[in-house]
Amino acid sequence: MTSGAEPPVSTHESLFEVRDLSVFHGQLCAVDHVSFSVGRGEVLAMIGANGAGKSTLLRTIAGLHEAANGTIVFAGSDVSTLAPHRRVALGISLVPEGRRLFSTMTLEENLQVGAHFAKKGPFSIDKIYQLFEWMPDRRRQRVGLFSGGEQQAVAIGRALVTNPQLLLLDELSLGLAPIVIERIYALIPEIVSQGVGVLLVEQDVTQAMAVADRVHCLLEGKTSLVGTPAQLTPQQIERAYFGSDLSGTSPHGGAA
Amino acid sequence: MIWVNVLIQGILVGGFYALFACGLSLMFGVMKVINLAHGDVAVVAGYTAVFLAPQLHIAEVWSFVVVVPIFAVAGYVIQRTLIQKSIDRDPFTTLLVTFGLSVVIENLLLEIYSANGQSVNIGSLIGDSIHVSNVIYISYISLTVLITAIVVLGALQLFLSKTGTGRLIRAVADDREAAQLSGANYRHIFGIAAAIAFATVALAGIAYGMMTEIAPTSGGINLLYAFESVVIGGIGSLWGTLVGGVLLGIAQQVGAQINPEYQVLAGNLLFLIILGVRPHGLFGKKTAFS
Amino acid sequence: MAPLATLESVKVRRSTHSPLLNLIGLAIVVGLLSAAPWIVSQSLASILMNFFILVTMATMWNLLAGYAGMVSIGQQAFVGLGAYATLYFAIKGMNPFVAIPLAALVCGAIAFPVTYLLFRLRGGYFSIATWVIADTALLVIGTIAFFGGGTGHLLPGLSNLGPRALTDAEYLATWIVAFCAILGTYLLLRSRLGLVLASMRDNEVASRSSGARVTSARRMVFVVAAAGCGAAGAVLAISQPFVQPNSVFSLQWAAEMIFVTMIGGLGTIEGPIVGSIIFFVLQQSLQQQGAWYLIIFGTVAMVVAIWQPRGLWGAFRAKFHVELLPVGHWVREAKPEK
Repeated sequence: MTSGAEPPVSTHESLFEVRDLSVFHGQLCAVDHVSFSVGRGEVLAMIGANGAGKSTLLRTIAGLHEAANGTIVFAGSDVSTLAPHRRVALGISLVPEGRRLFSTMTLEENLQVGAHFAKKGPFSIDKIYQLFEWMPDRRRQRVGLFSGGEQQAVAIGRALVTNPQLLLLDELSLGLAPIVIERIYALIPEIVSQGVGVLLVEQDVTQAMAVADRVHCLLEGKTSLVGTPAQLTPQQIERAYFGSDLSGTSPHGGAA
Repeated sequence: MIWVNVLIQGILVGGFYALFACGLSLMFGVMKVINLAHGDVAVVAGYTAVFLAPQLHIAEVWSFVVVVPIFAVAGYVIQRTLIQKSIDRDPFTTLLVTFGLSVVIENLLLEIYSANGQSVNIGSLIGDSIHVSNVIYISYISLTVLITAIVVLGALQLFLSKTGTGRLIRAVADDREAAQLSGANYRHIFGIAAAIAFATVALAGIAYGMMTEIAPTSGGINLLYAFESVVIGGIGSLWGTLVGGVLLGIAQQVGAQINPEYQVLAGNLLFLIILGVRPHGLFGKKTAFS
Repeated sequence: MAPLATLESVKVRRSTHSPLLNLIGLAIVVGLLSAAPWIVSQSLASILMNFFILVTMATMWNLLAGYAGMVSIGQQAFVGLGAYATLYFAIKGMNPFVAIPLAALVCGAIAFPVTYLLFRLRGGYFSIATWVIADTALLVIGTIAFFGGGTGHLLPGLSNLGPRALTDAEYLATWIVAFCAILGTYLLLRSRLGLVLASMRDNEVASRSSGARVTSARRMVFVVAAAGCGAAGAVLAISQPFVQPNSVFSLQWAAEMIFVTMIGGLGTIEGPIVGSIIFFVLQQSLQQQGAWYLIIFGTVAMVVAIWQPRGLWGAFRAKFHVELLPVGHWVREAKPEK
């Protein structure tokens, strides 16, 4: 594993930590002894190619997948064995890959489902309507008919409305036009300003680097690079992302 | 004029079928489970009412006040234990287990009660009807059951669309994982759906006992009618089930008018025709077929 | 890094012990069963007859459910239709024993168009629809006066044989039907159709698709299962020999074939046989009358389905790697040479 310098200590208050986590898909090791942490109000970007294990990692943190070993610590307690709905109650909320909206229900109903178990916090349904000005007019429309970008916004809204302390975002940009992606990402500072920690998974490295405080790269399930956007060079990232750069050296040293 | 009566009788019995079937429809919609013991639950409820009423010193006609809540609880418990374990295995196992449950219940009832029927007695109401004309009779009990069916279906529809728990049920039915991620304990939601299904079918079972005699094997026949109603009306639509039930009832009455032996057969034929021509039923969403 | 295994170090075998031993054992069993009427008592032979009928039905149900993924609770439709086809041919003057294969063919022929309706449904809806078919068959037959309507009809053509010869013939007929059912299933599963079915089983997406090959494989299996149950119905009619709708179309057949297969083991050829053996052993030792045997069996079947879904034979097989009628393959790493 290479890094620009020592792995930077987070300057944010400690919120969430993953220690030595390994997750299997049948016999395939999707996540291989990964460790990292996310602080309050901090954005950690998890980058890596398709199949690097990023989505599996997020789903495991959310509770949909069981880890083979390692621990997940949230707000000081071990949540590794909790069911998904209990983790939501504690304050972990995942916006899943592919949005996964309730397509037979209206926009407002989708938000209401999220709000049903919500703790007290800054993100109410009305707050979501403020963040996305187009929503109030279309609150009674079925979300199945919405565009990709609109659906993504609803999915984020549905997760925010639970008032999470840790927000997990899985491949926000998938299938969306660049201008839509920019608008979605413009929300992140607003979310973070409320003290929410964000762990986002992205294939689009540029976008991820633009919002992240720190970056963590996965290659075939293993950590290949950590650092802040300022510290890391494009070549380092390229090597960590693909396993080698155009000149043929691998991040593990030696020829690829 | 005779045919007007046929139509009316069909509508009346259709209400009963819809009441019987809405629980089946709900359980399939929410957890993709076909409870093959659904009809037998109704029969057990009928027998329970007959048994409990004298114990509690109430008239049998009010037994549902006690029996329906009991069955709601029973439904929740059975769902969270037996049926959930089967679901965790695979849909196959669920079918087999509910089939086994159905056979066990029916044969237990046969052992306890022998094949004679037990009729829930409602005193002076039974047999009384409104005489609209020489040929047209509307029995009080059938009319009551029809009205009850409409009320229950309406209440259920309102519950699902307007309340928080109803929304959760719809969310879990739509995308179980996404519902979990929004904080829903899906096993609990499944339990609630099963509780509603058991409660409505218990009510239907008691109604059945008031209209005719219950026998240990009555559950099977009524499951058949419930299923046919759901398919004719369209899987996934509650009001469709009412329409399906009415159409089934009318078909059966038409068949019976031609020849009493043809009653059930006529219903089966309508079902098979709909299956051949329009498999998703009249109002259905495509969920249960190729 | 060394490769995990080379082609030479892996063996692919049909079963772990000598197939020759298997064959000899099976030949002995087949020989004994064929000679049974002359070796064992009448009552045991009679029990064996019922055993064979159940094994036939269970083997067919297992073919449908365990190998082709179709849970039918309406196979009794074909049991009944097989019985009534035999009755029809017998009334028209044919020897009932000769009518058995014809009855099977009739059932297969009826099953073919039925699949075009049934296959529009999946899962539990398919299952209940099979029951609607059975119910419809029962009702239709019940209205036909030629067959005696709801009361039933005595099967003619059996009185030429003496009583002893008749029971021997009945025994042999049920034994041959069961043997053909098992052999036929075995051959089917080792054929190309069997490969299609196996790939459907392993691949969930394929088994849910309605691609042409998958659908025609299913159709074929449904027709075969119908024919097999029809044959069982034919010998049932011969053994009863009063053919009555409520008896031959009874849901009890469905319950028995399903429970027996669930307990013995779904998806193995031996499973239904093992389950049927258990069924009869229990039935004899318990001497239950009335409905208790179904209650107990149903409960056991449910318990097995949840806690040991491979059934008793499936569990035994997994532990000891034994196959009597192998249709799959085992891949083992060969022991290294010393």
